[in-house]
Amino acid sequence: MSLKRLMCGIDLRDLKKVVTALSKAATHFNQNEMECLVKLFYSFMEKGCEQGIQEGLDRSEFRNILHSVFGMTDDMLMNRVFGAFDKDNDNHISTREWVEGLSIFLRGTFEEKVKYCYQVYYLNGDGYISQDEMFDMLKNSLLKHSVEEDPDEGIKELVEIALKKMDYDNDGKLSYEDFERAVKKDHLLLEVFGPCLPEIEKCLEFETLVFRDINNEFQL
Amino acid sequence: MGVALTRAAQWTAAGFGTGTLELTPLNEAILNDIIKFVETFSVKYSQEAEFVFKEPLEWKTTLEPSEFESGYIVSGTTVQSEENSKDGQPLLLLSGNDIKVSSFGQLSRLLHLAKDKKLKETQACLEANRDPVVKILGAGYGTVEGEDLSTIRFLDKMKKDDDHENIKMKISLLLQQLDMLLLNNSLKHISLEIRLNPSVVKNDVDLLKHFSGKGEQTVLESIDYTSDFEFANGCRAPPWRQMHGEICYLIVKPHDCDSICLTCSTAGVFVNGGIENEAHEIDYERRSEIYKDLVTFLREKSAKFSENMSKQKLSFFGGKKKEKKKLKSITEKEEIPNLPKASLVLQKSPSEKRRMVRKLEPSLKWTSSIIPQQKKESAKESQDEKSILSTTDKPKSVSPSTSAGKTQSSSRRKSSIKIEDLISESSSESEEDEEQPDHRQEGQTDLPSEYWQIQKLVKYLKGGNQTATVIALCSMRDFNLTQETCQLAIRDVGGLEVLINLLDTDDIKCKIGSLKILKEISHNSQIRRTIVDLGGLPIMVKILDSPDKNLKCLAAETIANVANFRRARRTVRQHGGIKKLVELLDYAQSKTEPMHRHCLYETKDVEVARCGALALWSCSKSHANKEAIRKAGGIPLLARLLKSSHENMLIPVVGTLQECASEEHYRAAIKAERIIENLVKNLSSENEVLQEHCAMAIYQCAEDEETRDLVRQHGGLKPLAALLNNTDNKERLAAVTGAIWKCAICKENVTKFREYKAIETLVGLLTDQPEEVLVNVVGALGECCQEQENRVIIRRCGGIQPLVNLLVGTNQALLVNVTKAVGACATEPENMMIIDRLDGVRLLWSLLKNPHPDVKASAAWALCPCIENAKDAGEMVRSFVGGLELVVNLLKSENKEVLASVCAAITNIAKDQENLAVITDHGVVPLLSKLANTNNDKLRQHLAEAISRCCMWGRNRIAFGEHKAVAPLVRYLRSKDTNVHRATAQALYQLSEDANNCITMHENGAVKLLLDMVGSPDEVLQEAAAGCISNIRRLALATEKAKYS
Repeated sequence: MSLKRLMCGIDLRDLKKVVTALSKAATHFNQNEMECLVKLFYSFMEKGCEQGIQEGLDRSEFRNILHSVFGMTDDMLMNRVFGAFDKDNDNHISTREWVEGLSIFLRGTFEEKVKYCYQVYYLNGDGYISQDEMFDMLKNSLLKHSVEEDPDEGIKELVEIALKKMDYDNDGKLSYEDFERAVKKDHLLLEVFGPCLPEIEKCLEFETLVFRDINNEFQL
Repeated sequence: MGVALTRAAQWTAAGFGTGTLELTPLNEAILNDIIKFVETFSVKYSQEAEFVFKEPLEWKTTLEPSEFESGYIVSGTTVQSEENSKDGQPLLLLSGNDIKVSSFGQLSRLLHLAKDKKLKETQACLEANRDPVVKILGAGYGTVEGEDLSTIRFLDKMKKDDDHENIKMKISLLLQQLDMLLLNNSLKHISLEIRLNPSVVKNDVDLLKHFSGKGEQTVLESIDYTSDFEFANGCRAPPWRQMHGEICYLIVKPHDCDSICLTCSTAGVFVNGGIENEAHEIDYERRSEIYKDLVTFLREKSAKFSENMSKQKLSFFGGKKKEKKKLKSITEKEEIPNLPKASLVLQKSPSEKRRMVRKLEPSLKWTSSIIPQQKKESAKESQDEKSILSTTDKPKSVSPSTSAGKTQSSSRRKSSIKIEDLISESSSESEEDEEQPDHRQEGQTDLPSEYWQIQKLVKYLKGGNQTATVIALCSMRDFNLTQETCQLAIRDVGGLEVLINLLDTDDIKCKIGSLKILKEISHNSQIRRTIVDLGGLPIMVKILDSPDKNLKCLAAETIANVANFRRARRTVRQHGGIKKLVELLDYAQSKTEPMHRHCLYETKDVEVARCGALALWSCSKSHANKEAIRKAGGIPLLARLLKSSHENMLIPVVGTLQECASEEHYRAAIKAERIIENLVKNLSSENEVLQEHCAMAIYQCAEDEETRDLVRQHGGLKPLAALLNNTDNKERLAAVTGAIWKCAICKENVTKFREYKAIETLVGLLTDQPEEVLVNVVGALGECCQEQENRVIIRRCGGIQPLVNLLVGTNQALLVNVTKAVGACATEPENMMIIDRLDGVRLLWSLLKNPHPDVKASAAWALCPCIENAKDAGEMVRSFVGGLELVVNLLKSENKEVLASVCAAITNIAKDQENLAVITDHGVVPLLSKLANTNNDKLRQHLAEAISRCCMWGRNRIAFGEHKAVAPLVRYLRSKDTNVHRATAQALYQLSEDANNCITMHENGAVKLLLDMVGSPDEVLQEAAAGCISNIRRLALATEKAKYS
């Protein structure tokens, strides 16, 4: 899906209004970049509109974007990423959620990313990542190589390994503090239960494409 | 090429009709050499390429007419070349499958056309033309075993002087050269081949029989010989097949495939044609590749075999310890190319019962101890193969004798190292972990718990996706990776392979995780070697290109660890690693791009440069790498980094410079890049390691005169002198004293050192220091002693006694410096008294017997001032029993420096009449005369001085004349060295007292040369020259007078 084709304009005045409204949101983007992102958002929306969607990007639309723009593949994780983006749990990504989410995606600080990843990994809202959740997230992580072995057994062991590594308070589940501490100690553990951040190359690609294209348009 | 083809090439049915060339590695090598020869023939020898063969080479080709391009006339199934011979025959003719070619030009074109069928075509051609030389040049040139008339034939032909014949001869010569090349190469090939022998095969078979039978746990269903009869030599093959190296035939029935009929031959194991039912005859033809032994073969053929084999491993292992002695007597471990066999041999264990009980326990011990070693062996082999071109081993005998096997394998190993390293390595090379044997105790019974945990993690590395892999990698780092148990456990469970494979993936997290582990465990020398064997270095070098700085750093750091031995350093260079590492140095300068802000695993640019420098430091221990660093523009970058203030960056940078400063180019560049200034600055750093390397670098660079001045100008002498006071860190002390030594070669520096009271401190360091320090301290004192003032200082602070005490040492470098220092001290009469009292002269004298020429020469030089300044020198010299004879005999030495020094000593000895008489009796005159024909100015000077001294006794003057010393001496006057002139003129003056010598001088044109010398500003020379001329003149007058009276 070419991004350029999606860049159809919205009313310039509306755009300014939306952006000014968003400027209070804590992001790493400047005014211009924000405009580009909002514009992009509306072009995605517009495409969605044909299917009668109004309030924002819905789950499938967003997953499409994650897949085609950021190269994510894992369905389960994409759903979780949607969950993390959709802060008000209304099953739609608003412009604000869009810009804030992308801010972490593209320019998030380490702390922001830790927080974001944790949000992706914990679902049921009790403030912990439980062993069952870990099991769920890791269940596809082993290639089936031998018939004899029980695949679940291997995953269980893997969960144990991860827990041993990260569960500092030994309560059998991961609190945010556990997670943060482990990740700070070893940055590799940031995406420990599956990739939920786009690869650097994809980010660079996205930034150059989105920002440059729109800048050019403005100059025209 | 005839000889090589008949003798070396392995024909299937050797000697009968049209055999076929088997595709063995040896034959392939021969064919490839021939192809190379033919392909380049038309380029190298264009005239000879047109030569038309006596008879065309004919064979059945697989080439299609359509494959022929321009230059050929294609019509249907026939192809003709446009090129024709004189009588109109096409030089290449293809009709159907038959092809006829009659010139080298066409042959090489054909090979170009054949492309990937080259090998096949050449093979077909040679099979059809068993002696191509005959066809090419005619019957006269055929290969006749045992005689070689070719040179004689050439002589005959030479006379004829016919163009055609000339070309023919040239081709014949070229073919002979090729023949030699092929033979040599095949010799090397043969010598590298691992040969099986009957006892090894027998042991393997016996062992496998033990574990064969029905049931799931056995390795094979059955294994049997085809013949029950065993010859005395252990072979079961019929004698006429033994001639082909075949040992026995086996019928093997694995669990998972049909029974296979095998041939075990000295070359290896392969499938044969099987038994033909009616005749019970075996079809001996080879039907498969050759495997190096039975187990390897079966592993390859039967999955079940290798699986069950690994389950049996424990039991194989069990017997090992007990059988160790037996093992040695049966086969030397070294000789057997792979370890499984070695342990197979063990199987004839008396503890069979126990083994059978234990055999059902699955265990990984086998895997752990055998597989990596096996890999290593095979890697070693492949390395050996690579070295074919440079090895010059004698062909290997097939004898199973253990001693022969041992020497062969060791010589093989040596030759594999030889390739380029022996010449390319610098002196600073540490031999450290070159081919160090595996220390692991064998058959260890208890594996630590870490072992099993690591094994589990490796399982996840192997079978997990990136998420699982990252978890496993992170978890693995929780182990104490600096501990050898963990390091080896990772290797033994096959973790290294996986870690290296991960480097080749796209996932950045996996790469980082893997490198973090590799970086830690590569501190272990065995791990380093395994990493290199597994091809890890090229991948890491590739990673240096990655945009991720963290990755770059980790890769560079790991390379820094791994490149601790030659082969690794060479690999880094050969994969272009040096250039990339040098590029890393540039990082410290470039600005951080804002784009990289979101890079998760942030690393500072300085860190990248530091890691690059670290890796370069390791790599710079090889000569060729130093050169590569320089060529990649490393020196200016290093110079720039040297200005940085990061201590941990400075250490590798200075370390690299210090390592490289052994090269002339570098020293020049170091001077040019103003590096000395910064080295001096860092001498005052807080960091001891940094100080050490800076001092070391100065030590290396101060070989150069200008650099010595630079060190002074930048104020480097003071910190150096100050560092002398701290003697706890011996490495640093050695480096600092070394730097002082080299700097002290310059007089102005010595004055400075005196100001800083360094000489007193140095004297204090003459005792209780390790030899590395002593060598430098004494060297520095030796330089300082060149000045009178310092000699006094040394005496005053009691330095002479410890110096003389050091004369009894054994360290060659130390002795050279000590003798020099003692000699320098002895120029002071007061010092000399002390030396004499301490019996120093006798100690010096006995050093004349030292085996090292440097020590001898240095001792002889030191003796000169001693004799000169000692009281009653003559008496003292005579008191050394046999001393004078020893000195005179040293004139037989080959070493110029020794000769010059001994001549100088003789000059001093001869000042005493009595001693002169003694050395004359020992034959000093003929020995000195023999040396006269030399071009070495230093030797000339001292020789002339010695001769002039020795003239003072008896009829020595006449004797020198008789031994023909006069004429060469006259030639010395043509030398450019005025010292030589002076000494020579004096000698000639002494010799001219004898009339015959005057005649010789006159005949050799001495007068004119001496006349020039009379005009010299040097008064001694003037006087001697004039005296000599007057003697000659007087003789002439006397003769004239006699004539007329």
